[in-house]
Amino acid sequence: MMRMAFGFLSGLVFGLGLLISGMSDPAKVLNFLDLAGTWDPSLAFVMGGATVTAFIGYQLVWRRKAPAFEASFDVPTSTRIDRPLILGAALFGTGWGIGGFCPGPAWTALPLLAPGTLVFLPAMLAGLWIGARGKSLNIFARKGATQ
Amino acid sequence: MEMDLQTAFTPWASLWGGVLIGLSAVMVMGLFGRIAGIAGITKGFLGAFVPTAGAPRDRDWRLAFLIGLMAAPPALMLTGGTVSQTVPSNLVGMAVAGLLVGLGTALGSGCTSGHGVCGLARLSRRSVAAVATFMGAGFATVFVLRHVLGGA
Repeated sequence: MMRMAFGFLSGLVFGLGLLISGMSDPAKVLNFLDLAGTWDPSLAFVMGGATVTAFIGYQLVWRRKAPAFEASFDVPTSTRIDRPLILGAALFGTGWGIGGFCPGPAWTALPLLAPGTLVFLPAMLAGLWIGARGKSLNIFARKGATQ
Repeated sequence: MEMDLQTAFTPWASLWGGVLIGLSAVMVMGLFGRIAGIAGITKGFLGAFVPTAGAPRDRDWRLAFLIGLMAAPPALMLTGGTVSQTVPSNLVGMAVAGLLVGLGTALGSGCTSGHGVCGLARLSRRSVAAVATFMGAGFATVFVLRHVLGGA
């Protein structure tokens, strides 16, 4: 129960951050990506504020032996820059540039029920499922590459 | 797409909003020992309903996290804040965008939060490569849609 409560609280803080920063507004995201047009540099401040905060916070948190609700920290250890990583990031960036939504803002936008959100989110879930399956079958990797 | 409207430059609101996002990432690490990547959290959500390859098993807090994300707009409005949002209305475009975002984050193992915020904060090489790639693709896509095809 405590896990759920703190999970909820973490999500709420994240969502408030998305709303206050403007990251949850596709118009702002698309203008950030529009260097040659109506450029709005705000999102660089979102990424800067979030990354610096997380960097400092992680250093403090990792001094502890374990997280509050789990036996150990579980962070990715791979350092390999492989084909699925780059291909996936390129596909994601293309979709981000079309719709102005990445996964977090799409969830936060859901209760506002804009038609574009109601189409985007199920399509994202479908893509996520297909992508997870494709990756597990290793069809995008070079022979021998593993995840 | 069809939106070439100007948005206001909001450095302070964006900075403080970003700090909250970073704080949430630190909470998830301190509480659950995990990366606060929304794509990964969403994969946990999917795994609760349909068999999903590689879906994480600690679903309880992930579901609660997504509910928290969705509770943010009503919470902000109830406390007197305003939520302004302009979502593209081209539904075919949004379907394609959603599909690409889902596919890409599954393949690339992360999104703006997992690679962008958490990955950069961990100084991960993979995340630096992913962020450079998705930012580049985003800039290129908007350039093509607005200035090559759209003539905006």
